[in-house]
Amino acid sequence: MENHFETGLDALRQKILLMASRAETSVNQAVQALVQRDHDLAVKVREDDNIIDQYEVDIDEMAIVLLTKAPLASNLRLVTVAMKVSQNLERIGDEATKIAKRARDLAQEPPVKMNLDINRMANLALAMVKDALDAFVHRDPTAARAIVPRDKEVDALNKEIHHLLAQHMMANPDTIARCLHWIVAIKSLERIADHAKNIAEEVVYLYEAQDIRHTLKN
Amino acid sequence: MAEILIPKIAPPAGGAARPKAGAPLIEIENLSLYYGAAKALKSISLKLEEKIVTAFIGPSGCGKSTLLRCLNRMNDLIDNVRIDGAIRIGGHDIYDANVDVIELRKRVGMVFQKSNPFPKSIYENVAYGLRLHGVKKKAELDEAVEKSLQQSALWDEVKDRLNASALGLSGGQQQRLCIARAIAIRPEIILMDEPASALDPIATTRVEELILELKKDFTIVIVTHNMQQAARISDQTAFFYIGELVEFDNTAKIFTNPAKKQTEDYVTGRFG
Repeated sequence: MENHFETGLDALRQKILLMASRAETSVNQAVQALVQRDHDLAVKVREDDNIIDQYEVDIDEMAIVLLTKAPLASNLRLVTVAMKVSQNLERIGDEATKIAKRARDLAQEPPVKMNLDINRMANLALAMVKDALDAFVHRDPTAARAIVPRDKEVDALNKEIHHLLAQHMMANPDTIARCLHWIVAIKSLERIADHAKNIAEEVVYLYEAQDIRHTLKN
Repeated sequence: MAEILIPKIAPPAGGAARPKAGAPLIEIENLSLYYGAAKALKSISLKLEEKIVTAFIGPSGCGKSTLLRCLNRMNDLIDNVRIDGAIRIGGHDIYDANVDVIELRKRVGMVFQKSNPFPKSIYENVAYGLRLHGVKKKAELDEAVEKSLQQSALWDEVKDRLNASALGLSGGQQQRLCIARAIAIRPEIILMDEPASALDPIATTRVEELILELKKDFTIVIVTHNMQQAARISDQTAFFYIGELVEFDNTAKIFTNPAKKQTEDYVTGRFG
């Protein structure tokens, strides 16, 4: 006999994964638009954000209906974690649109002559998102725990690039407007890593019932 | 006990009447019910579509079981009961003087709170209603018994002991046997009066899963005191209070955003 409640939980898991895939695509495209100065791709990322927003609304609706059915223990954690994960994914989507907005504006200006390692920072942040979702799928809290300290590496890169941009602005005041766009875009990548860390912490709670948030202060 | 009114007139030609597409299967219109001078149901109007699960909820004495029993005229068995208004099933008034109540109860089966298997074998319990309705061929009975036990998710547990006494089954199994007995005669509608309230959580889950399977083929109306059960298994929920229908809506709406404060207070356990 089919377990209807489990079917509902599976549908919720599937929806989270679809949303995660959509959010990852948006970040990838936003970074590509930024680095390759692709105006059209930047516009597309901004237009597609409503797809991610709708996922968040749908997941909340599914979760609330499941909550009325009085899930207990791990099922209850899954439903509440699903809502938090979807909120973090939605914010990752928002950060992608912020990057895309800066990419769109920068694409219409002359390039800033600097050698910024944006791809490395983007790859680190995106790998954190991907690994957090993999830990969710593979029910692997150990892998999720390992993601948390990686956020420091992204924070350090953000500071480093921010410092380089500040120096460049002082030396080349005519680039200030463009460098500010870059600072905002870099900050968004740093925030994406923060959201990936949040998701990883939720995955630990889901599978170990341990709340590790705010326990490893930097 | 009152004399049961059973006019021996055939049901409408063509057998069980089917509702028109999109039309409700069950229409309750301005239904009031009196036990002597006491008014137990007050002008209830409800429309229930086919092949969905509808839950009746409300505190004890609110009239939900009384209304359930109106749907197959079980209240005819009680002294001093008087009914105003109408209940139509498939467009036909079931309180019409021409209705054959036996035929009505064949179309509208019932499962009670306490499992009540007959002191007979498992097989005979399921075959009983079929025999009563004139099925004699063993092959036909065998097929119907197996199908009903399969549909009630009991077949695998009892297929090797069909001739054993039904009274030897566990409480949960007995309740599923009663469901098998009810569906053996292929009713359109199954009424369930707190079918899982006497069962442990595992047996309750099995009955709930069974109800969700059965709605593919049957229209189900269930009375329950378990709010989460109503949320888990029903598509629509009706909340009653002191004989009145307070609110009727999609179950998700009733449990997340009811229109009436009284409904919210009840489903959140603040009164009742």
